[in-house]
Amino acid sequence: MRFRLTGDQEALRAGMRELLGRRFDGAALRAAAGAPGRLDRGLWRELGAAGFFALRLPEADGGVGLGLPEAVLVFEEAGRALLPGPLAATHLAAADVPGAATGETVVARVDGGLVEWLAEADEVTGDASGAVPVRSVDPLTPLHRVPGPVPGPAPRPVPGPADPVAVLLTAAEQLGTATRACELAVQHARTRVQFGQPIGAFQAVKHLCAEMLVRAETARAAVYAAAVTSAPADIAAARLLADEAAVRGTRDCLQVHGGMGFTWESEVHLHLKRAWVRAQRAGSNAEGEEMLAAELLG
Amino acid sequence: MDLSYTPEEEEFRARLREWLAKVLPGLPPKPDPEDWPGRRAYDLGWQRTLYDAGYADVHWGASPTTRLIFLEETEKAGAPYVGANFVGLLHAGPTIATEGTEEQRARWLAPILRGDEVWCQGFSEPDAGSDLAALRTRAWRDGDHYVVSGSKIWTSHAEVADWCELLVRTDPAAPRHRGITWLAMPMDAPGVTVRPLRTLAGSAEFAEVFLDEVRVPVANRVGAENDGWRVTMVTLSFERGTAFVGEVVACRRVLGDLARVAHRNGAWDDPELRRRLGRLNAEFRALWRLTQWNVSEAEGRGVPGVGGSVFKLRYSHARQELYDAAAAVLGPDALDLDRPWVLDRLSSLSYTIAAGTSQIQRNIVAERILGLPKGR
Ligand SMILES: Cc1cc2nc3c(=O)[nH]c(=O)nc-3n(C[C@H](O)[C@H](O)[C@H](O)COP(=O)(O)OP(=O)(O)OC[C@H]3O[C@@H](n4cnc5c(N)ncnc54)[C@H](O)[C@@H]3O)c2cc1C
Repeated sequence: MRFRLTGDQEALRAGMRELLGRRFDGAALRAAAGAPGRLDRGLWRELGAAGFFALRLPEADGGVGLGLPEAVLVFEEAGRALLPGPLAATHLAAADVPGAATGETVVARVDGGLVEWLAEADEVTGDASGAVPVRSVDPLTPLHRVPGPVPGPAPRPVPGPADPVAVLLTAAEQLGTATRACELAVQHARTRVQFGQPIGAFQAVKHLCAEMLVRAETARAAVYAAAVTSAPADIAAARLLADEAAVRGTRDCLQVHGGMGFTWESEVHLHLKRAWVRAQRAGSNAEGEEMLAAELLG
Repeated sequence: MDLSYTPEEEEFRARLREWLAKVLPGLPPKPDPEDWPGRRAYDLGWQRTLYDAGYADVHWGASPTTRLIFLEETEKAGAPYVGANFVGLLHAGPTIATEGTEEQRARWLAPILRGDEVWCQGFSEPDAGSDLAALRTRAWRDGDHYVVSGSKIWTSHAEVADWCELLVRTDPAAPRHRGITWLAMPMDAPGVTVRPLRTLAGSAEFAEVFLDEVRVPVANRVGAENDGWRVTMVTLSFERGTAFVGEVVACRRVLGDLARVAHRNGAWDDPELRRRLGRLNAEFRALWRLTQWNVSEAEGRGVPGVGGSVFKLRYSHARQELYDAAAAVLGPDALDLDRPWVLDRLSSLSYTIAAGTSQIQRNIVAERILGLPKGR
């Protein structure tokens, strides 16, 4: 058993981090938050060229020929950088929608009652008819609402269980956010001085940070293992832990930042809001919990 | 990232399973929890059985993955837990193995492995718990002996132990961490008095140990005089390694049993309870994966990493949540000590205290992993 990143996986992760650091740094993040609803098509194509969307397509089909563990690593990086756009939707459409694999085509996806990035998308997976725009809580994720199943001549199908790969990729993004929230909190706790010492020396702050790490690392083990086994129960478990790590982690990160954390200017709220958006995606926590409960009865 | 096992590891597992299936039915019945001599004999007997079959030193000699498989399979098969052998196999033994002289290894390791001798851990004192370096039990040199006076507390298995890994203060003038020495003290030495303490679960799992001018040969010192703190840190890092593998396997079994009981008694119809059990399923799956992750790290680096503190924090709370959920399933029966899980629920309360409280673990995570400054 060697449940660690291989050299190739480390290199892949480092490469993605480097690309995002270069093309989507803190300044770009704030600029994007200031111009909501606009997707950087150049960056999208660059992601395509780097294999982000074609990662799991066979090499014979022009893909990179890698698997879920690698997909999880690049999605974690995207989550960490807070990269905007319908990443999972386009990745999942890579085999079917022309141009999705290369980043030429932006694909949105109807998920539950919501669609992210509908106005910017060239293609939509699912039935988005009747969609109405929502004033999105996350400035970096434009949202539309689609009406629920309605009776009539062409009834909209009741959505089935969420695609497990969509669930896992969402969990990977949440993991990236959880990790980033912990890093941001620790950075701030080391440098902000009150009562004559860095606030990170106060145990109340220290313990918030420690718990953020514990949640993130537990989620990491679950997410990576689910990517290796792709077993539905492992994926559901990974999702529950990653959602918790991201949603609670970003909250605690905000708390550690004090008043600064409540400002529009600080990036903390962007992480928190994205964690909330992702928590609505690809099935609910309740569904995951019910599934895992049923699994106990074997 | 690979969760599969090598052919050698799978073969080890298969042979172990086969052996367990053969040997477990012949074990004597489990002794009464109050019958200490019986428990000692039972635990040592199991260790002897392991020894005769060549599995005795799996805790030190084997690779971390082999150890993981061993702990997983023995727990799944319902084999006895280490019990009274805990300190010998997981604390004192590994410490002597790394820090002891050739002679010391020869004297103490074989009896631990053969199931001949029981060890206990005399670290904590009434005024030195989390702040272990505040310990005050004194030792003076008198020729080729140390003379030890003071008291220890919360010493598990003290009543049945042959040896105690003892921390004493040999230089009160030195800075706190530099005046401590690690001694192997025979529990039958004159001047050692053991007074059992009842735990909240009703049984006497630990004790106070009073030391009145106990003479311990200088030859029983492991490491240099006043170097005991460093020697101790070796022990503690073992404590935070693979120590909980069997327990995570056991918790997952309990959770399955719990779901089946809930299904039978109607508690299952409550969606809130179902979801709580579902979340615990996620929790223990993740803890199992975290164990595998930490084992792989240890395998790669040769020593258990700080990941042990992350694991211990999460696990000790999860275990308490598991038995709280059990109480929710049991309803009024949760107050009946004769019901399964009720005593386990009580025992689980020690998990966030023993072997470093959760608060201390959070300090460790924050300072050693995250690099946050120490408070003043
Ligand atoms: C079942 C069981 C078995 C044990 N077996 C053994 C054994 O065999 N040998 C042995 O030597 N010891 C043993 N112990 C002792 C155990 O290691 C100590 O209980 C533990 O280290 C805590 O010390 P304490 O009990 O003195 O509590 P204290 O240190 O007094 O702690 C009391 C409370 O204060 C908090 N606290 C203390 N310091 C800090 C700090 N710096 N920051 C934040 N909070 C703090 C703690 O978290 C705790 O909540 C055992 C304990 C138990 C419960």
